[in-house]
Amino acid sequence: MTRFVERHPAWALIVIIAIAVALWLIFAVWPPGLEDAIGRKRVFLNAVFNGITLGGLYFLVASGFTLIFGLMRNVNLAHGSLYLFGGYVGYAISASTGSWILAFIVAFILTALVGVLLQVLVFRRMEGQDLRQTMVTIGLSIVFADLMLWACGGDFYQIQTPNWLIGPIELPLITAVKSSGEPVYLRYPLVRLVIFLASVIIGVAMWLALNRTRIGMIIRAGVDDRDILAATGVRIQIVFVLVFALGAGLAGIAGVVGGTFQSLSPGEDIRFLLASLVVVIVGGMGSIPGAALGALIIGLAEQLGSVYIPTYAIVVTFLIMVLVLALRPQGLLARR
Amino acid sequence: MSVTHDARIQVRSPAPTAQRPAVRGRPDLNNPAAWIVAVILLIMPLIANGFFLIEIFATTLMLGTIALSLMFLAGYGGMVSLMQLTIAGFAAYMVAVFGVSGNANISLGWPWWLAVPMALTLATVFGTLGGALAVRTEGIYTIMITLAIGAAFYYFTNQNWAIFNGHTGINNVSTPHFWGVDWRADIPFYYVVLAIAALCYFAVDYISRAPFGLALQGVRDNPRRMAALGFNVNAHRVAAYAVASFIAGLAGVLQVWNYRQISPGSVSVGACIDILIIAVVGGITRPVGPYIGALVFVLLRTFALDFLVKIGLDGNRFRLLIGLGFLAIVFWSSDGVIGLWQRWRQSQRPQTDRPGGGRGHG
Repeated sequence: MTRFVERHPAWALIVIIAIAVALWLIFAVWPPGLEDAIGRKRVFLNAVFNGITLGGLYFLVASGFTLIFGLMRNVNLAHGSLYLFGGYVGYAISASTGSWILAFIVAFILTALVGVLLQVLVFRRMEGQDLRQTMVTIGLSIVFADLMLWACGGDFYQIQTPNWLIGPIELPLITAVKSSGEPVYLRYPLVRLVIFLASVIIGVAMWLALNRTRIGMIIRAGVDDRDILAATGVRIQIVFVLVFALGAGLAGIAGVVGGTFQSLSPGEDIRFLLASLVVVIVGGMGSIPGAALGALIIGLAEQLGSVYIPTYAIVVTFLIMVLVLALRPQGLLARR
Repeated sequence: MSVTHDARIQVRSPAPTAQRPAVRGRPDLNNPAAWIVAVILLIMPLIANGFFLIEIFATTLMLGTIALSLMFLAGYGGMVSLMQLTIAGFAAYMVAVFGVSGNANISLGWPWWLAVPMALTLATVFGTLGGALAVRTEGIYTIMITLAIGAAFYYFTNQNWAIFNGHTGINNVSTPHFWGVDWRADIPFYYVVLAIAALCYFAVDYISRAPFGLALQGVRDNPRRMAALGFNVNAHRVAAYAVASFIAGLAGVLQVWNYRQISPGSVSVGACIDILIIAVVGGITRPVGPYIGALVFVLLRTFALDFLVKIGLDGNRFRLLIGLGFLAIVFWSSDGVIGLWQRWRQSQRPQTDRPGGGRGHG
């Protein structure tokens, strides 16, 4: 952090000012002139919170994607299919047993199993041939998409939010002050906050596991140089299978989250594949903190864009990607 | 950098060197099969009825031309771009926006001979800018970025009502009438498509032997060495994108004339990936591959339903069939149908004949 400030004082200043303005916009009571210019504060705060929680969901999808890419150099374009598969499994479980937590567990296990099968049956056979692996994942995503369409039809599914999470809660953020001088606080759905918190916990746990444990050390070594790691006697194929299972399982969890937040239907797989692509391109491929930052930026851009410039929202997301590619092609937080 | 470089070499390694000649003569001129195919294509309107002429053969030629632009980038430039269909779709949208259509509030009503060059120019600019973005990274990253561009364009056309008319798209696009001919009538349209497809095919064939194409293939095989020799690697790549965008744009103009409408469904991500499938199934080492792939794809798309129903399966599983076929090709033949054909021919040929008999070293 301090090194970044020393090396790029101008950028650091811009970032600090941007953060300060954002914090002021969130916490201060807006003066009337500002409300006239860009609308009510409640709308703004809702968009910000939606963006942050959507960023949490994107992080869950993209972190698995970037983990797999970082270690195995495999662009798994079937990642969106794993997301949708997890969502459908979660829906089936929660509809039949009524348990939301169980849906997460089963979705994680089943998608992780699919991931293990993919790694063992497909990717191990064409190790090191990135382009061919990518083509295979494209083929697989077509096959999976059609199989899921066959099994689940084209309907929209939404996973039932459990009772203890239904309803909004009041946050200590003032959206407006009534004429009587009484402050109005922001009300926001509890379930989204809980899910966002969970994705933060998962992210922190992943970071700790990667940076503080032995298996994490092995994985980081594998990211840097697979061949030397294998030469030191680590059974790298097992590490590959584990990482693939974890990445796929995260996509499955994200599917359940997405099914609760939004809905599940054919086409969502492509949407979340695109989201994770853009997130990892922006954040830096193979970097978990990069995925977190990218997910936050893209989630916020998407939500704020859809509120303030509705017909050009996707262009904002895209422009961010272009800007990052133009200034820092390796992504914001990538090391190389 | 090094990783993606390895990838490119490894992907090619299964193909014997005889299959990717760096310099080819004109093998097609003294190949009787090529002449037979050309004659059949020319007299096609005598053989086929309207349905086959347009739905099968003209569609094949149009999809094949889009896939040809991908083949040009992937085969000669080593850049797998998933946005070729997006560029074609952009050209199609521009024809509809600048030309005459049923949506008078959007279309500017220019005559076709103004709207089409404008659309082609804009599509080329669009593709070149996208390419300039994509060449900042390499190999598998190119796939990701071009896929992101394609998907962004799809969602943008869905959201934007001012130019692209949202998810309904632009309908009743007018087609050219001049010299007393309705050029969208089946037979004239078939010849227009055939002429443009042939033009693109021979242009790509020519470029692959011209200095630019040779330099591009050098960049594909060893960018560092080409840079050391004084070639501007990125400029060659961006120029390749410009050429490919123009070809894709031409096919896009034909497509909008064929369907007389354009909507986001035509530029969806699935359709972008279809183009990759077509090119890979046909084979991305020679310009004829995409057309073969397109024929296979169109035949499957048109008749898979009847076929599947006939053997007692659900007819809607056409995409499953395509996906499995694509997987099989990627697994067993990195060179598509052409690769299978050449392997079969080489296994038929006596061993002694092989060194001189390989196509194209003459």
